[in-house]
Amino acid sequence: MTELPKMKIAEARDALRKGDVTAIELTEACLKAIDGAGPLNAFVHHTPEIATEQARAADARVKAGDAPALCGIPLGIKDLFCTKGVPSQAASRILQGFRPEYESTVTSQLFDAGAVMLGKLNMDEFAMGSSNETSTYGDVVNPWRAGNDETKLTPGGSSGGSAAAVAADLCLGATGTDTGGSIRQPAAFTGITGIKPTYGRCSRWGIVAFASSLDQAGPMAKDVRDAAILLQAMCGHDPKDSTSADLPVPDFESMLTGDIKGKVIGIPREYRMDGMPDEIEALWSEGRKMLQDAGAELRDISLPHTKYALPAYYVIAPAEASSNLARYDGVRYGHRATLSQGDGITEMYEKTRAEGFGDEVKRRVMIGTYVLSAGFYDAYYNRARKVRTLIKRDFETVFAEGIDAILTPATPSSAFALGQEQADPVQMYLNDVFTVTVNLAGLPGIAVPAGLDRKGLPLGLQLIGRPWEEGDLLNTAYALERAAGFVDKPAKWW
Amino acid sequence: MSIDTETAARVAKLARIKVEDEALEGLAQDFNTILGFIEQLQEVDVEGIEPMTGVTPMRLKRRPDGVTDGGMQDKVLSNAPDAREGFFAVPKVVE
Repeated sequence: MTELPKMKIAEARDALRKGDVTAIELTEACLKAIDGAGPLNAFVHHTPEIATEQARAADARVKAGDAPALCGIPLGIKDLFCTKGVPSQAASRILQGFRPEYESTVTSQLFDAGAVMLGKLNMDEFAMGSSNETSTYGDVVNPWRAGNDETKLTPGGSSGGSAAAVAADLCLGATGTDTGGSIRQPAAFTGITGIKPTYGRCSRWGIVAFASSLDQAGPMAKDVRDAAILLQAMCGHDPKDSTSADLPVPDFESMLTGDIKGKVIGIPREYRMDGMPDEIEALWSEGRKMLQDAGAELRDISLPHTKYALPAYYVIAPAEASSNLARYDGVRYGHRATLSQGDGITEMYEKTRAEGFGDEVKRRVMIGTYVLSAGFYDAYYNRARKVRTLIKRDFETVFAEGIDAILTPATPSSAFALGQEQADPVQMYLNDVFTVTVNLAGLPGIAVPAGLDRKGLPLGLQLIGRPWEEGDLLNTAYALERAAGFVDKPAKWW
Repeated sequence: MSIDTETAARVAKLARIKVEDEALEGLAQDFNTILGFIEQLQEVDVEGIEPMTGVTPMRLKRRPDGVTDGGMQDKVLSNAPDAREGFFAVPKVVE
């Protein structure tokens, strides 16, 4: 039997049902792995009491022959999810001390399915970042290193803690959220699988909002099957989120046949970027061959507005953020600045927000404020929303022409060194160049590890699917995963 | 379009974020970098294109306009930095 925390969910599920392992054993092994992984800084709030209680309940349900899908499976939860009675601060100082009186819909569903919560995972502050360097808890360190080089690498962001925890086998799976690539980019940087479902698949209720028209939750897992199992439990209609889709959720796992014969895979020419490293280009071309060998038909396609996706995103996301983050005012929850004699309510707002928000969050809130301000609303915000319509139309056109899925690189590079790209905000934004189109168009996208670069770091490929067809997308990803045969793990140094 | 420190100060004020005078220069520079990047959008022909309001076509659900929740004052106030006698307390607003 595999060492317990290294188990995949499907494997642990079977072992639990057979009685080869108990949920308590599995949970304790994960808690021990977490205790030994301080240098990664992935888990920032530990919940061993909750985990133990949930594991005991899971064992009782297994014994009673009443084990739901995720019964006894230990997970890490991104700090963006509100978890009842447990600190949930979106990695921001402004939410220090906040303990929600309620549970997010996604985590409720996971717990109803029997999952065990090990703790809360580090992330970029308010999910704004691509390197997990904007967190109030400090950087997350990628468990991967470039060979013997001890340079600390980023796990990506914003779901950097989730990615590092899964890659380092501290938990069996984790929740993530993705507004511009925050599940897929860190998954690619750490050699794991992450899927962002169609906008509206997962309820956003109880997830701290960044950009509401783009935010979606999704799983980060050790392989495609585990991603399918987790996604199944996370999805579904929720009356508390008016944008949640009232559509049946198919059985994703049962759709993993690996048979993609006759599927048409689009290769968008606009994703061949100037200055793209040859290793990324080579991986992409290997991916094409793998899918072709598996029986898919490849077709060159054009998504002409791709180039404008990032600039449109950096209008729309900050605009929505400036509105969403207006609620952090020092009145209802979280941090309030100490006031001086004579300070009124405006000073309270201004000082509280100056102390509570980090630099990147301030930057985005203010950019959002600017693009929404009188005189600029049409030139920036409305124009970006029109460009968004065009970006979505690009995808609709190719899907109407018979494309089933689109293959692209997941990221423009492998994991880079912490501290390397902090100086220039736009340089950091370019990390999301291949992933952000998917959020703007509301589509499902999955990152699958497909190889290592010359430095020995993982690289991922992205598949983009038709709306609501996550099952089909997961199956194509499953075929790609089988062909790529990626099994590498980071060597333990922490 | 170039953002000067005065505009940066105005935006900070609108966003209710206190920015010290000596930080305005750097902030204005950041704005210029980001807005320079966003400027590419001006190239796109958007004539006759509708701005997107929702990414998935859906009709919002209707429900009777009735009270379905409430009566949890303690829970609502439990995370407040300053709650007194069942209220959120803030500095004096009206003289």
